Amino acid sequence: MSGKRRLWIAVPLVAALAALGWAGFAPVSVPSRDELFEIPKGTYARRMAGDKVEILPSKVRLTIGLNDVLLLRNLDDVPQVFGPSIMMPGQSLSLPFEKAAEYQFACTAHASGQMTVLVEPYPAMPWSKIRWRVREWWENKSK
Amino acid sequence: MIRRLALLLLLSSGVAFAAPEPAALKAGVLSPVMAAPELKLQGTDGKALNLASYRGKVVLLAFGFSSCGEVCPITLATLAGARKKLGADAANVQVVYVTVDPERDDAARMKKYLAAFDATFVGGVGSRAEIDAAQKSYGISSTKKVYADGNYTIGHSSSIYIIDRAGGLRAVMPYGHTVDDFVHDLKILLRT
Repeated sequence: MSGKRRLWIAVPLVAALAALGWAGFAPVSVPSRDELFEIPKGTYARRMAGDKVEILPSKVRLTIGLNDVLLLRNLDDVPQVFGPSIMMPGQSLSLPFEKAAEYQFACTAHASGQMTVLVEPYPAMPWSKIRWRVREWWENKSK
Repeated sequence: MIRRLALLLLLSSGVAFAAPEPAALKAGVLSPVMAAPELKLQGTDGKALNLASYRGKVVLLAFGFSSCGEVCPITLATLAGARKKLGADAANVQVVYVTVDPERDDAARMKKYLAAFDATFVGGVGSRAEIDAAQKSYGISSTKKVYADGNYTIGHSSSIYIIDRAGGLRAVMPYGHTVDDFVHDLKILLRT
């Protein structure tokens, strides 16, 4: 194998290993611990008119130590119930999570009346960091 | 070179494993704080149940029923444990437990039930219409499930509202939190 050909193989390999090393060992971070969702003005009226459009996702994924605070804002004209609490118009609920688990909450802003919050553990190990980064990249790409 | 790389790896791992900053309250925080809706019920202490009369205390408000076999005993035991752990500060914490089963829970029955956990707990009872109004103002849902023998149980919202010393509906603790979580939040709220 010629030296030039070896270089063509070695450079991408080293780059891939470096990227993998970075993805596995560099700290993961997010801009804010708050994962914000808003119940828009007129949601209740739309619901009463028979509109079943989903305003909030039926499943929210949070990660302990990263985005582990669910922040809900009720911008509607009527009180809305989300899981543990009623929220008056203009009010927000900042709900922190400390345990990784799947939580089922009642939610009046959903057509189904339910919302699932999946709280995952902090990606401490290299493999979990890589998986977390890939998923974040994929979800951001899909938005 | 290898030492430098090892040091870099160690430092980056250290940052990666660092514990996150804890939130101020373990409970979900409502913002802006609004006045807690007043209850128009009878208390198991023989008086009209009036949240305003507890100004100066932190009120833990929850809904349940005396025949509950799952959620309520755990919630009440947790709240009793928190009061016990608070020591002298417990005098500034009032637990109010409103029935969602007015057909079976009268004042005497609720009083006896709550006293098994903590004699200072005050229950809220009333007519079906009064209970419905209280549930609505706090977004509390309840669903009756009737068994073949005619007996029934009630599935109900299980969170605990935390009302601050000024009467503001400050926070809500979802079901499943520990005694220590309540003590943590109550200590913060009793300081403010």
